[in-house]
Amino acid sequence: MDARNSWGSYPDAQGRFGQFGGRFVAETLMPNILALQQAYEDAKADPSFQETLDVFLRDYVGRPSPLYFAERLTDHFGGAKIYFKRDELNHTGAHKINNCMGQIFLAMRMGKTRIIAETGAGQHGVATATVCARFGLPCIVYMGATDVERQSPNVFRMKLLGAEVRPVDAGTATLKDAMNEALRDWVTNVKDTFYIIGTVAGPHPYPQLVRDFQSVIGRETKQQMLEREGRLPDALVACIGGGSNAIGLFHPFLEDESVKIYGVEAAGHGIETGLHAAALTGGRPGVLHGNRTYLLQNDDGQIMDAHSISAGLDYPGVGPEHAFLKDTGRATYLSATDDEALEAFQLCARLEGILPALEPSHALARVGEIAKDVGKGGIVVMNLCGRGDKDIFTIANALGAKI
Amino acid sequence: MPVGRLSSAFARAKAENRAALVAYVMAGDPSLEVCAAILHALPKAGVDVIELGFPFTDPMADGPSIQRAGIRALKNGTTLRKTMALAEQFRQNHPETPLIVMGYLNPVETMGYGAFARHAAEVGIDGAIIVDAPPEEDAELRAAMQASDLALIRLATPTTDAKRLPAVVAGVSGFVYYVSVAGITGDKAIETADIAEAVAAVREASGLPVAVGFGIKTPEAAARTAKIADGVVVGSALVDVIASAHETGGNVAEAATAFCQSLSQAIAQAR
Repeated sequence: MDARNSWGSYPDAQGRFGQFGGRFVAETLMPNILALQQAYEDAKADPSFQETLDVFLRDYVGRPSPLYFAERLTDHFGGAKIYFKRDELNHTGAHKINNCMGQIFLAMRMGKTRIIAETGAGQHGVATATVCARFGLPCIVYMGATDVERQSPNVFRMKLLGAEVRPVDAGTATLKDAMNEALRDWVTNVKDTFYIIGTVAGPHPYPQLVRDFQSVIGRETKQQMLEREGRLPDALVACIGGGSNAIGLFHPFLEDESVKIYGVEAAGHGIETGLHAAALTGGRPGVLHGNRTYLLQNDDGQIMDAHSISAGLDYPGVGPEHAFLKDTGRATYLSATDDEALEAFQLCARLEGILPALEPSHALARVGEIAKDVGKGGIVVMNLCGRGDKDIFTIANALGAKI
Repeated sequence: MPVGRLSSAFARAKAENRAALVAYVMAGDPSLEVCAAILHALPKAGVDVIELGFPFTDPMADGPSIQRAGIRALKNGTTLRKTMALAEQFRQNHPETPLIVMGYLNPVETMGYGAFARHAAEVGIDGAIIVDAPPEEDAELRAAMQASDLALIRLATPTTDAKRLPAVVAGVSGFVYYVSVAGITGDKAIETADIAEAVAAVREASGLPVAVGFGIKTPEAAARTAKIADGVVVGSALVDVIASAHETGGNVAEAATAFCQSLSQAIAQAR
């Protein structure tokens, strides 16, 4: 069978997307990973699981999120019509809660009584703390000490929601180190603990189940686009850290070959400087955090530090399905620097009255070129996956402003 | 005969009615030179099998002691190749003591499975434990190791149930490493009563010696473990002894020797 006509069949039974993905974890976790896979398959086969989830996505998260025609940005660039999928309007301010809502129901179904999570920008931590508060489960969030510093509003939000935030000093004290520490916690507390991973990385079945829970973004977009424009868009654009918002938008469109797909990675100070977080653009395949994917690494296979102004993109790897979409050519991966993201942020604020998070500001930085490339009469959809309130201190700092 | 060297070491210990002492040190910790001196001293200190860790930036199954050792090693420029060079140096003076390497998959993948196994065999390494390569993911590695007559040692854990155990011990040679607690290295104190049954089950399923590790910090704990296991693995505690001797400016190799001797004596008198 031609892989290109059966995107929905991935991952395979071993959790592989081609050579990527898999279950590269210590033996202690293996039985848990297999149990999670079984529980997820059972949940998918149970209509009441999706029904309950849908009710909460509607009444608690606020879905469907609007599809918004960004008219002034469209005029500004003078190319294709630009639409925003407004996942920043979700409860807690980002797409992360779509996945947390799905996983918390899975955790309760499995009878787990303790929730752990890792977070970079803090959006996934806040979303996890939120669902834990709602369902009365204790929540521990691991967060790199560097990120605790630069995302202090989100740290306080998590604490208000009753979560315990554990700063991680190891390594670079960012997202990858938080994930190591969460995995160590899980290895130590396998019996009662459910690990809510926030992105489409980690061992199988996480890349699959996070994708499935985030695919609500793409399914809604498709329906809304057909209602509004009577046709599919010409291109999709989303930022890529681990890549959960992007795969959520992309996945329902993979088999629609006419739809071009663009992911935008964080180029930090510039790919050529080596100080970036663009694993697909500047890395090579390897194994980290339970899966094989593109990684920033040196000649000895040591993982290198990622650099990005955006804490949510500051990760040296990427979800394995993106690695697969890159190698098969189904998606194109671009990058945007810190400065380009900051510029795009300001443009969006002034022209559309929307403060985007720094993460989707990277996608926004490439939207103009993509819109021009698609041309007038065409349609581009960008996932505006988070709001920028959390970033105002970082942005003020970068712009030399005092608040 | 690399696998043979491991089997002989366990057979020798068995003939003496004692458990084998398996000692873990991190390559390049506190420096490549001092690490070489430590390795050289271990056989005389009563160590039967050496586990030589190679560092990785993201050791997700290790506790603080081995994490810090890995960071020290990486700062010293230790790589998988330099780890193998240490092993080669050791082998020149110690033809009998088996030495296996232990670490994470990415440095091995980067070198290439075939190149890793061939090079390891050339320098006199006897086997490898790759923490994040469970049976589901190690087919290619296993084939490369077998082709070079190297032992692939797998971990069995308290979460490895009876249904899963046969898959875990299939294709394993040398010995099986039973992780006595579900957790990271060096984390919790060992509860020997809980593990005797599990060790017996692993031994029966694999037909191989079973070494028990994770959480053995004192001669007393080593002796308790030695009553029920074919091998006693000491890792974090030895790494801590090395770190503390280095920090206080002591003779690191002597400190490691003294600690291993205390364990070895306790094990010898355990049964």
